[in-house]
Order: sequence, then structure tokens, then C-alpha cells
Amino acid sequence: MTHTHFASVMRAMALPALDSASWQSPLRAFAWGMRSVTSTVLTLVLFTTYVGIGALAHDTHFSLGWALASTLFVWAGPAQIILISTLGSGATAVQAAIAVTVSAIRLFPMVVSVLPLMRTPQTKRRQLVLATHFIAVTLWVECFRLLPQVPRERRIAYIHGLGAGLLLVCLTATTTGYGLAANLPELFGAAILLLTPLAFLFSTARNCRQLSDILALLLGLALFPLIARFHTGVDILISGVAAGTIAYAVHWWREQE
Amino acid sequence: MSGWLANFVGDWHALLVLLLAGFLPNEVWRMIGLWLGAGVDEGSELLVWVRAVATAILAGVIAQILIQPPGALASVPDWLRYAAVAGGCIVFLVTRRSIFAGVVSGEILMLAGKGWLG
Repeated sequence: MTHTHFASVMRAMALPALDSASWQSPLRAFAWGMRSVTSTVLTLVLFTTYVGIGALAHDTHFSLGWALASTLFVWAGPAQIILISTLGSGATAVQAAIAVTVSAIRLFPMVVSVLPLMRTPQTKRRQLVLATHFIAVTLWVECFRLLPQVPRERRIAYIHGLGAGLLLVCLTATTTGYGLAANLPELFGAAILLLTPLAFLFSTARNCRQLSDILALLLGLALFPLIARFHTGVDILISGVAAGTIAYAVHWWREQE
Repeated sequence: MSGWLANFVGDWHALLVLLLAGFLPNEVWRMIGLWLGAGVDEGSELLVWVRAVATAILAGVIAQILIQPPGALASVPDWLRYAAVAGGCIVFLVTRRSIFAGVVSGEILMLAGKGWLG
């Protein structure tokens, strides 16, 4: 499939207009969410990444049930890779928990920034629990792209559909990778692990809406290698908060002029 | 059947570790976000800062995978990893920000480099 052909397939599915009758039932909004799984190239990236995670779990002697449970409950690719590889290298559960906790800090600001898009004044907090669980990089990026095309009162149902669809894709991929593991060459493993930084970088870059986002991305990339020299254990947190704050400060300063 | 099930589930100790070291560390951050983020207004300045920090932390995760590569990625030399990402960036920019083109060309560069090194 050529790139242009592929891109046209990806663009083929458009959501109904905001005032369309298609949005009247929450169930149909859920179905539109599930269908939107096919509207993003990130689904392919996720599928391949989770084939890799399934294979990694197999090679590290975890059960298939364990691998599927990790996809269902952890639902964050880098955290699963870190968890499996640290446990596989003989680290204790406490060491693994610390490494995963630090990588997971990004989920906090992601949830805070995306939930206002899903809420109405009547929304109760418990109605957002499942949608919050689904939030990881892919859904975070896709929310900013897709939610403006969804009527506000149907956004939670839509995200439930999109999240459930992506989860099904990833559970299938985990099982596939687990089954194929013995036949996968090392080079394939390297290619899959390179997929995460490439996809995260480009999807975040595409998602940049204002100067502060672009600056945060560039400063975050530049600052981490410097902070990492100090081996604080929370390098990502320090470089992230510092780079994000500097980016915001520049944004604030320009607004004042 | 029970043998198949036991095989599928594996040992309970590993599942407990998954709960404590995998599920909870991620879910806690999400739920704190739900708890504290409930009152934040969509157009507020606080949200601009929060999004900048989320983006910068994600940038740190990206940089960490490239600088301290896990598993099989460590078999790719440093310069080749950086060159693959830099090449992918250039393609991403010239294709008017196509994620697909950027990811595919980054991967091809890495695979070609590995093939060339032998």
C-alpha cells in the first residue's frame, strides 16, 4: 500500500456532523468511538508495539494471562516494557515499582489537561473513572484531534468506545506477539522498541497547538540528557517540570507584550 | 482443562507483583489527575502550564528510551539510533507532519544501518 493510498484510507472515515441524529443515542456514540480506531495511524503503531510487549512477556517467562492482564490494567506501553524488562533482569518488585511510578507521572498532567474536554457541568466524577483509565499517550493525542468533532454530552460514551476498541486491538496484539515470540528475530525486537519513541515524538509534535507546546517538547528532549547525568532516580520528573515551566514562562511573557 | 487454565494464569505471585508494581503506580497518577483536575477550567492558564509539563515529561520518556535503550534496542549503536530519529524528523517535517511517513522512514533508516553494519 502506498503512503498516499494509505493516508486516503485513513482519512476516509469522517465523523457525523455535530447536530446529526447519529449522536442522539450514547450507544451510537460508543460505536462511533470504536469505529474511530480505524481512523488513526497510531492504531498500527499500538498493534506493533503490543506484539513486541507480548513477545517480551513470553521471553521473560510470564504467562499469557499475566501479559493480557498487564495490557488491560496497566494500559501504558512504556510502563509495561519497563516493568517486564526490570523484573526480567532480576530486579525486585520494589525497584520495578519505583521505575514504573516515575515513568507514569506523565499520566497525571495528561488526565488533568484532557478531562475538561469531556466534562459537562452535570458530569459526576465517577462517570469519568473508566475514561480516565483509558488515558495514555495515544488517547491523549487523539482526544485533542477528535473530541471537537463530538457533541459534548456524548464525549464520554465516545471515549469509552474508542478506548475499548484500542484495548481490543492491543489484547489481540499481545496474544499474537506472545504466540510468535519464538520466531521473532532480535532485529524485529529492536525495530519495535524504536517505534515507541518515534511515534510518541511525531504524534506529540503534531499535537502542538501553541508555542508553549513546541518549546516544551524541544526543551524536554534537550534537558533530559543533562539531568540524567545526575542519576537522581526522578530525572524525568525534574527535566519535565523544569522544561514545561520554562516553556510556559516564555508563553506568559509573550502574552504580556 | 485445569492444566490449561493453570498455564494461562501462571503463578499468583507474579500477578500480585503486576498489581503492585504495574497497575497501582500507573492508576494512582490517573486517579490523582481525576481528583485534582475536576475543577480546572478548559480555557484556563493553569491548563496551558499543565499541558506543557505533560509534553515535556513525555519528551523525557522519549529521550530516555533513546539514550538508555531497553532490551534489543541496545544492540543498535548510539549514533544509529540518533541518526534514525533525526532522519525521521526531517521526513516528518517535509511531508507536512505525517506521523506515518516519519515513523516508517525512521525505522527504515535504523534497519538499513543495521544491515549495512552487518
